[in-house]
Amino acid sequence: MRDSLPMKNTSATPLGAGAKRSTPSGGLQAWLPRLVLAPSVAISLFFVYGFMLWTFVLSLTSSRMLPSYDFVGFGQYSRLMANERWWVASTNLMIFGVLFVVICLAIGSLLAILLDQKIRQEGALRTIYLYPMALSFIVTGVVWKWLLNPQLGIQAMVQSWGFESFRFDWITDPDMAIYTLVIAAVWQASGFVMALFLAGLRGIDDSIVKAAQLDGASLPRIYWRVVMPCLRPVVFSAVMILAHIAIKSFDLVVALTGGGPGYATDLPATFMYAHAFTRAQIGLGSASAMLMLGGVLAILIPYLYSELRSRKHG
Amino acid sequence: MSTFKKTTLALALAGAALASTAQANEVEVLHWWTSGGEARAANVLKDLMESEGYGWQDFAVAGGGGETAMTVLKSRAMSGNPPSAAQIKGPEIQEWGELGLLGDLNGVADAEGWDELLPEVVADIMRYDGQYVAVPVNVHRVNWLWANPEVLEAAGVEMPTTLDELFEAGEAIREAGFVPLAHGGQAWQDATVFESVLLGGQGSEFYQQALVDLDPEALGGEQMIDALEDFKRTRELMDEGMPGRDWNIATVMVIEGVAGFQLMGDWAKGEFTAAGLTAGEDYLCAAAPGTEDAFTFNIDSLAMFRVTDDEELEAQQALARLVLEPTFQEAFNLAKGSIPARPDLDMSEFDSCAQQSLADFQRTAEEGGLVPSMAHGMAVRADVQGAIFDVVTNYFNDADMPAEEAAERMVSAAEAASF
Amino acid sequence: MANVIRRQTPAARLFRGLLYGVLILAALFYILPLVVMLMTSVKPLSEISAGSLLSLPQNPTLTPWTKAWGEACTGMRCEGVGGYFWNSFAIVIPAVLISTTIGALNGYALTKWRFKGSELVFALMLFGCFIPFQVVLLPMAQTLGWLGISSSRAGLILVHVVFGIAFTTLFFRNFYVGIPNELVSAAKLDGAGFFRIFWRILLPVSAPIIVVSVIWQFTQIWNDFLFGVAFSAHNTQPVTVALNNLVNTSTGVREYNVDMAAAMIAALPTLVVYVLAGKYFVRGLTAGSVKG
Repeated sequence: MRDSLPMKNTSATPLGAGAKRSTPSGGLQAWLPRLVLAPSVAISLFFVYGFMLWTFVLSLTSSRMLPSYDFVGFGQYSRLMANERWWVASTNLMIFGVLFVVICLAIGSLLAILLDQKIRQEGALRTIYLYPMALSFIVTGVVWKWLLNPQLGIQAMVQSWGFESFRFDWITDPDMAIYTLVIAAVWQASGFVMALFLAGLRGIDDSIVKAAQLDGASLPRIYWRVVMPCLRPVVFSAVMILAHIAIKSFDLVVALTGGGPGYATDLPATFMYAHAFTRAQIGLGSASAMLMLGGVLAILIPYLYSELRSRKHG
Repeated sequence: MSTFKKTTLALALAGAALASTAQANEVEVLHWWTSGGEARAANVLKDLMESEGYGWQDFAVAGGGGETAMTVLKSRAMSGNPPSAAQIKGPEIQEWGELGLLGDLNGVADAEGWDELLPEVVADIMRYDGQYVAVPVNVHRVNWLWANPEVLEAAGVEMPTTLDELFEAGEAIREAGFVPLAHGGQAWQDATVFESVLLGGQGSEFYQQALVDLDPEALGGEQMIDALEDFKRTRELMDEGMPGRDWNIATVMVIEGVAGFQLMGDWAKGEFTAAGLTAGEDYLCAAAPGTEDAFTFNIDSLAMFRVTDDEELEAQQALARLVLEPTFQEAFNLAKGSIPARPDLDMSEFDSCAQQSLADFQRTAEEGGLVPSMAHGMAVRADVQGAIFDVVTNYFNDADMPAEEAAERMVSAAEAASF
Repeated sequence: MANVIRRQTPAARLFRGLLYGVLILAALFYILPLVVMLMTSVKPLSEISAGSLLSLPQNPTLTPWTKAWGEACTGMRCEGVGGYFWNSFAIVIPAVLISTTIGALNGYALTKWRFKGSELVFALMLFGCFIPFQVVLLPMAQTLGWLGISSSRAGLILVHVVFGIAFTTLFFRNFYVGIPNELVSAAKLDGAGFFRIFWRILLPVSAPIIVVSVIWQFTQIWNDFLFGVAFSAHNTQPVTVALNNLVNTSTGVREYNVDMAAAMIAALPTLVVYVLAGKYFVRGLTAGSVKG
């Protein structure tokens, strides 16, 4: 609301005054960008960093069903370390996160390259690849549960075609169930990665490729050596988006496996939720949230740093 | 920030008319009765309220046997805006009471004579610090065994009355080409089977020591190891399609004659009834093997939150009174498969399973054997329950874990959860 | 860029055959769940329990759809998910508009009016993308209580704006980085102010990225369940909550056809947005938002 006032001022100011304002220290105009950003920064500070701090404080308390401020030091963290389920959840996130990001990048870039070969019906195919991103697992969860169920879904289907020995019962196996989550998550996000890569490919100057073709390089070689390096920023964006999806994965687990069999497919987000909300252990849940955020930072900061720096110099 | 605050304030004003807290003589009720049958039954209560001039604001949140609803309730409580009434049960009523958020129903309770009307074990759960803070809706029995008589006949077996008979009958059913025991691989269903098997094999006294009093010697002892081994054996009676299966899909397996048995609480009856089957003829019910002298109860209740508005308070008190009204008790419990929370009602409308349930409830209340269900949050607090669930479901799904190790984990689960 | 393969040679023809083969196989994988949903939603209940997932409906019926829209129970009200649609729109539209506007201004300020520490500000805000929403549920509830907008639409809109601006800022910043600074510098010299430059120079070329931001935010907010269920009241619940009440009901006979129809209905707006605007979405990404 306050923004509108200076806007009217500026548009009404005569030219001369504007020239004066373009000096770094000059008046309102120099401060306007900061003023515009201020609410967002304040929001971030309060709603992101403030809430993190609050969560950290809670992780030092014995809070049960609702927050209380009875401090117990780092007791919740040592309980967490002793909790076997927490380790299952953390390991799962590693496996799930790495596979999800890598497979999405691979499939996404492959489909984008294939689609980029002057394909008929490109629009239709692109829409089909992309649509899963529009749906949440609240919508598609039941179907995925069916498809992965050995007696209802893919296994039963293939067996009914005559391949009696075909097995696809990962969801029943505590060691394999986590990979079913990867399948569904890749289904949802890989089309989006494809769109990112396709956009990147369309943005590359044709002359670079033509030059390489004149040099007699083969098509796969051109893509690998010439095109892919140009797409580095796309990879960066894709990794950021995929990583955030992986870390936040929650509906996926709830809808597909409910964390089972046993708690073999638990992830930190579901662990945190189960303890903080279902099991009235807000203290422990907060501790797990802090470790989770710490993990995110530990991976994100070096990556952000190297990417932003290399681009500045490159 | 100021810019933003103004914006939000403006939005808040715009939204003020839509803000939700129950108005004047209305109650806002948070619950998870969302299936068609439940909704119809609960509507009887709403109609009763409306016939007395009170409003009912429906706030339904399904999912995970009330887990999602509890999350919402905590969020509402944190924002200082809890609903007037919420479906809360068991020891959780005590936790909300400790937070000082629940209102007092003693006035209604005195006027209606709840002390005489309600069975002592039910009344106890409804009180916090001697005051009534919640009103019971029904009593579920958890330790039931359901069966399809045609499958039993085809396999040439009877309803089992001991665990050994169950395993024998299971073998015969498998040989006859059916799934012996229908089950869904979700933690709470695993725990439901576990507590019934433990009760059947080790008796209600041990059940009380281990799963209610959390006695470490019982939790880590020989009897627990036996119980865990029995529990693991039931897995051999199940099929490979069970992961993540909802309990009612498992019930449908019994209904359609795919499976012989199911160990499940009496809400399963809703499914049989909806399929047009008659108790005692088209499907059989019996106490879970070895538990005919025991009764694991699971009581649904509505807890009332402290309100300041006089008119809302009046509506709230009316709600508490009407929940125990015979018309609602009968309609609701017929739909849910449970028995009424007040034992003085005419049971002629109810089927044979419900009548047996009521008889067993009263018998076990006097002779002993009436125990709260651990799997349904009636026995221990949520954190301990969760930790036990973890052990039970992990042991059940891990082919390599010996029962001794699981028993040890039980002990540490009961310890670790309390802080 | 696109490489046209000469079509005449047999090798090239084989190559193109393979190419289409792979693309169509992939399409089948992506479309499979939707097909199962669609087919299940038009089967009578008896056919669902009898047949396999991919068997074609023998007696297709639209009853599940009408039931899901207007009759299915989502609580004590049995009026279907239809009514909840408008609740969702009433939250989504303002939240998308506000967060996109803020994101655009932020992106513009961060790229065209750089100041000392502006990169740091950006990095600070970026972290907001990574907070799992479960973590902020309780503090958010308390804050909404303080602001006096708990369980109201305004509260839900605020929540979605707060956690949406990290993304919208990211989109617009990356897009505006690619707009030449010369134009802006020239305008500054001419004395044009902050908002005038934005209005006259940046906004007219922003259409592609506005599309991206709107699609992204629309999808995210429409599909949100957690905030929607925690911060709404009985009369402001979004359609995802109604869908959940329908699908996750734990007692009573599961009507899978109605469940599927309701899921399709709830997903329809985002599906339509993706199908209709998908082209512009890719175009918008091309136009620069992908530049890290």
